[in-house]
Amino acid sequence: MTLTKAELADLLFEKVGLNKREAKDMVESFFEEIRLQLERGESVKLSGFGNFQLRDKPQRPGRNPKTGVEIPITARRVVTFHPSQKLKSMVETTYHGKSDN
Amino acid sequence: MTRSDLIVKLAERYPQLLGKDAELAVKVILDSMATTLTSGDRIEIRGFGSFALNYRPPRMGRNPKSGEKVQVPAKYVPHFKAGKELRERVDFPAV
Repeated sequence: MTLTKAELADLLFEKVGLNKREAKDMVESFFEEIRLQLERGESVKLSGFGNFQLRDKPQRPGRNPKTGVEIPITARRVVTFHPSQKLKSMVETTYHGKSDN
Repeated sequence: MTRSDLIVKLAERYPQLLGKDAELAVKVILDSMATTLTSGDRIEIRGFGSFALNYRPPRMGRNPKSGEKVQVPAKYVPHFKAGKELRERVDFPAV
């Protein structure tokens, strides 16, 4: 099942003993602190999980796929995620695809 | 910012909680995110982004030392796609 903020808040209620309000706020703050850091242009390193880094991409030529008209894709800063070795090997050793697809 | 910096920041936001609670909260969040991915499920955090697994098909690789050909098996790797809010805030930082 897909993990969302609501499930994470339930887990903080069950496992940390925060009340429902605190659990919901804590989940929101967790992601907000990471966003704030990235917004400041700084990377975030979460040991055992992975690193969020920023990449500055120069302007490059693009094309409207429908009309074929050339338009430049402007320079931009993007977030990239690099899973830790631990997370990568956990996934590799445990998950081998859904049996139904 | 590291994992321990994040714990400190969260503890500061919630002075009514015990310091240990922030530490445990970060552990619970990251552990359940990792567990979700290892079972092949997705993570969707509105305003932040989504995590899913990408398939890597099997390929022929080469042992860089011996030059010997080896079969690299198919595998899944975690992938993150930034959400709209994160994408915009990073690209146009508030001054």
